[in-house]
Amino acid sequence: MFLSERRRGQLAALSIAAVVIIVGVPLWWRTTETYRAWLPVSQIKELAKLQLQLSADVEAVFARGTVTPEQQKKVPLTQTQEEERAIDEDTALRYRYETRYRTATIMEEDALNQPSAAEADLSLHTLSESPCGSLVVYVIPESSSLLPEDVNVYIGQRRTALLRIGPQMRVGKTLEQLLAHLEPRIRQVLQVMSFSHNDITAALSDRVRFSPDNKESIADNMRAFKSSPGYEITFSLLNPDPKSHRLHWDIEGAVQTYIQPLLTKLSPVANFSIDSQTLYYAMLGVNPRFDTSRSAYTLNADSLAHVINPVEARLGSNAASSNPVLNFLLYVPDAQHSPLYIQGRKKQEVPSNAFHSPRWGGIMVYNVNGFYGSEPEFPVDININMAKVMGVFLAQLRLLLGVQSSTPPPGFLVARCGSTGLADWELDRLMWSRSVENVATATTTITSLAQLLDQIGNIVINDNIAQQVSSAVTSLQLAVAELEAGNLGFALQYSKEAILASEKAFFDPSLLHLLYFPDDQKFAIYIPLFLPMCVPILLSLLKIVSEARQRRREKQAKKD
Amino acid sequence: MAAHRSCRPVWLFILCSFSLFIIAGSQETTVAPEQHASVLDNPQTAAETAEQTAGESGGVEERRWEGTEVRDAAAQKQAEPAVLQPTPQPKDDFQEELVVRPLHSGDIYASFQFRTLWETDFMRGNKVSHYRLFPKSLGQVISKFSVRELHISFTQGYWRTMQWGQPYLPSPPGAELWVWFQDSVTDVDATWKELTNVLSGIFCASLNFIDSTNTVQPSASFKPLGIGNVTDHRFLRYATLPREIVCTENLTPWKKLLPCGSKVTVFVSLFISQKDTFGIHLCVNAASFSFCVLMYSCCSLQAGLAVLLKSEKLFHSSFHSQAVHIRPVCQDWQCKTTSWELRQTLNVVFDLHNSGQGKREWSLFKMFSRTLTEACPLASSSKIYIDITDNPEGEQFELSPATSLLSQAMVLGDRRTFSVYDLTQQDTFGSVRSLNLLIRWKSTEGDMLRPLLHAERYVAGYGLQTGEIHTLMYNHHPYRSFPVLQLDSVPWYLRLYIHTLTVTSKGKDNKPSYIHYQPSKDRVRPHLLEMLVQLPPNSVTEVTVQFERALLKWTEYTPDPNHGFYVGSSVISSLVPSTVAMDTNSTRERPLFSSFFPCKEESSYFVRVYTEPLLVNLPTPDFSMPYNVICLTCTVVAVGYGSLYNLLTRSFQIEEPSPGLAKRIANVIRKMRGVPPL
Repeated sequence: MFLSERRRGQLAALSIAAVVIIVGVPLWWRTTETYRAWLPVSQIKELAKLQLQLSADVEAVFARGTVTPEQQKKVPLTQTQEEERAIDEDTALRYRYETRYRTATIMEEDALNQPSAAEADLSLHTLSESPCGSLVVYVIPESSSLLPEDVNVYIGQRRTALLRIGPQMRVGKTLEQLLAHLEPRIRQVLQVMSFSHNDITAALSDRVRFSPDNKESIADNMRAFKSSPGYEITFSLLNPDPKSHRLHWDIEGAVQTYIQPLLTKLSPVANFSIDSQTLYYAMLGVNPRFDTSRSAYTLNADSLAHVINPVEARLGSNAASSNPVLNFLLYVPDAQHSPLYIQGRKKQEVPSNAFHSPRWGGIMVYNVNGFYGSEPEFPVDININMAKVMGVFLAQLRLLLGVQSSTPPPGFLVARCGSTGLADWELDRLMWSRSVENVATATTTITSLAQLLDQIGNIVINDNIAQQVSSAVTSLQLAVAELEAGNLGFALQYSKEAILASEKAFFDPSLLHLLYFPDDQKFAIYIPLFLPMCVPILLSLLKIVSEARQRRREKQAKKD
Repeated sequence: MAAHRSCRPVWLFILCSFSLFIIAGSQETTVAPEQHASVLDNPQTAAETAEQTAGESGGVEERRWEGTEVRDAAAQKQAEPAVLQPTPQPKDDFQEELVVRPLHSGDIYASFQFRTLWETDFMRGNKVSHYRLFPKSLGQVISKFSVRELHISFTQGYWRTMQWGQPYLPSPPGAELWVWFQDSVTDVDATWKELTNVLSGIFCASLNFIDSTNTVQPSASFKPLGIGNVTDHRFLRYATLPREIVCTENLTPWKKLLPCGSKVTVFVSLFISQKDTFGIHLCVNAASFSFCVLMYSCCSLQAGLAVLLKSEKLFHSSFHSQAVHIRPVCQDWQCKTTSWELRQTLNVVFDLHNSGQGKREWSLFKMFSRTLTEACPLASSSKIYIDITDNPEGEQFELSPATSLLSQAMVLGDRRTFSVYDLTQQDTFGSVRSLNLLIRWKSTEGDMLRPLLHAERYVAGYGLQTGEIHTLMYNHHPYRSFPVLQLDSVPWYLRLYIHTLTVTSKGKDNKPSYIHYQPSKDRVRPHLLEMLVQLPPNSVTEVTVQFERALLKWTEYTPDPNHGFYVGSSVISSLVPSTVAMDTNSTRERPLFSSFFPCKEESSYFVRVYTEPLLVNLPTPDFSMPYNVICLTCTVVAVGYGSLYNLLTRSFQIEEPSPGLAKRIANVIRKMRGVPPL
């Protein structure tokens, strides 16, 4: 009787402990758990190790007189070269150049017989349009009169180039020798017209930390705006002295004539919106010095950094969007400080009288003292010559958008870009580097987000974030695949989607809700409940264990 | 230089905090996933500015500011246009004016109005993106959100109608925003939400606190003031924030919208340069290096009436109200061409007794600490009006310099006479080239014409459960009665008992001829009550309604719940009979202050009166309550659990019951007797 009552107590204590452990603890755990949706962690880990392959298609067309008819039959259809470069331990690049060889058609021969290279380029373009990201190189005989003496390669406005066979390749050499001679030169053309290793590594700067020795390319890379799905372009006319100058600028017409064609051409890369404003009484932040030798005011390159700050406060950001803003300011100095010239570092005058600031925009100083006449009667009506202004702004816009006009290697002749201000191959080049940049940025964003979520367990991961992350990962995979296949347009499209989705996930405010819920508050709430409940359970469990041990010892003693 | 320059150390503080703000902003960008130094990318940070001048520039920094080489001469090949072309007619027009009305209380009412007219078409969907006088930020807002009309006001203080008369432009205390959207907007609520957020950014105000719980759609009180007879109030949204505190951070963005507004220039020089007496040091410790910038002079440069807008003077006043009104208006009588009108108004009442010195004297310099030297060169008209109606022979006050220009205008149902100073005329400024208007009072007598319509409001009742809102509307007209539209927007946590609504005038029940009531939904929308009430002549009409105070959730209380909760002003709009014939031609050239509300008939004029906002106490819990509740419950649970646990796990043994008391006594006796116990 005595023993069984004891036994019942023990059983009760054990069952309460069991209920607490089996039901209570999981219930508590479940109800206080932060919701964390499933993330494609393994795929993100794969993306952290980026294996980018860029494929470029080149079509090499032999014109008459470059290969003999016997050689023609033996010309291989395609030839593929691959080149692998490791950037750092996580990033590797592989370039794949696929060259297709064929001989020129009769129509192409006719086109190549035009008197000048520019005309040949135009008529070749009308014959066939090559898709975005591919190139056609026409190999022309050495005797061809299309190119001037010292020029070996002519790069057209579209996606074609003319390549003259070197003098050492007279007819009679074998086909293998000819191809071996052509191959590095085609590669060179490709580096100018599509992508070079330097461009691609610069575009990867988001992923890869640069060693200090290639600072030059960083500076080049930092000038251009970062890749973004849209840009706002704002032209501001600064008139610090409306009492003396009544300025008129036909910005609407100028934008239509000079800027819009370029932006239409760039529309696959990003969306652009343009607006303009006039700001009165807007002064630069620096008092220019009077230079008696030139009887003009000068602004030193050193002081340019101070110029923008006070103006910036009035420029205003775009209230209607959050895209980066490119500012172009036209500053007309007041009558007292006119003319105003900008001096370069070496005290020489800057001919355009304009300067630009990386990732911000440009300022042009427009002197109007020439319009005063002998007896100026203020206010003076001044019509601003928009052609001059837009020429400068267009050049700055190209720089800031990253349309690099890198100096071509010797022997290259680059055609002047036409009315659009941008050649097709320049657009391709921009698209190559932008796709790679987008992929790099999106992978960094996604991997750092995954890392963050992994490290801090308090963050709630909602379904929409998980969905954004997986769509970013899918788009990234697609973008990488399209780059591999050489479909530049699709690759850019997918990489833009990846960036949008990854940024949306990264900056989602719901991630912050429980981020800073402190542990001490949690304990302050739990202890009044848990301490009185757990102490009796633990004590009775300890008692049961010690009793069981004692009983066993007694049994042992009895046996002995 | 003709422009006005002045150096004041106060600007320095604003600027310093501003530049600090920029620095903080640029550092925030490093949180973005691009881990590499994005601070470096930002050319406009003050940090970099100093870095540059300090001569620390390395290889990268040297490329920072580059002269632009124009290699691409394609654009330049175009023929250079002749320099002297016929100049195009500007399609926009700017006017500015200041009205000064000496009040009978001895205070001074100054009302600034700046109007920009722009002949353009936002409505027809073509994107307008080139701005001249019209501010770009507002233009973008109008075209992005398809706004037809936008009225926003920020007011500090309450307009005392009985002492000061009617204001030229009424506004309730706090912030008020009402917007008519174009009928092309499909989701008005989402657009409204986005619009309030953008406006809150533009005006540095807490307009982002406008949500569905304080937004109403009045059916009759707020009609469009511009052209277009839209009556579908689905496209109208009205919200007030009675608690909004208005200060310099709201004035600065408002001033930035003016073409001749403030321009603040900072001259930054190096630490080594000579110290100025006004100089202050701004030291910023950046991550790895610290640098000092000496800002030694900062000058503001502006022209026209905007010179007078100095925040430390404007906010040292009894009443301050600034507003922005955008609406489409007609250019001519037949309304062939339309244009957008942006009206920026600023109304201030200066308290003379407050500024002390005993003398009753007012001057531009004393009130604004500036004098005027020129008109804004962009303004087509720039005038100062002084109301001298009550002072025809100069017996009340003396005005100097004297002006021969007089003008009469019909304002608020009354014919008023004004002395006019035209700033575009050079002789206004006299030989000293500066205009400092001076009003010197001679007598303190004189009585004011009582405003015909006046209203006040208060909360009655005791305890924290129920209460009663009383609204009193006064008609001071001796023999005419007129109808008024009353609009009340009451937050959901005051549950109105609409069956207790009573309207009485002169002791008799006054039945409203129109009632529009929209009940509230908890945490979703407020009560909206609109009534058309006829006010009998020379009477007080009292509107009462009872309410119950709701209990809020503990996260819904404001940080200082014992201060009370604000209920926005009640709005009373009316066509008040006029003593003089009003001008119904809205396009005729008139002073700006008399042309805001369109006038449909000659015999009456439009007046809007705002009552005081209410401050209501709600039952407020003890905010440590949740933790106390947790602790208490846990203790109760623990105690209950403990005893239950004991009961279940204790082992019980049967004990011999002890013998009863009688038995024990008997045993003791038996023991003494030597008999064996029982």
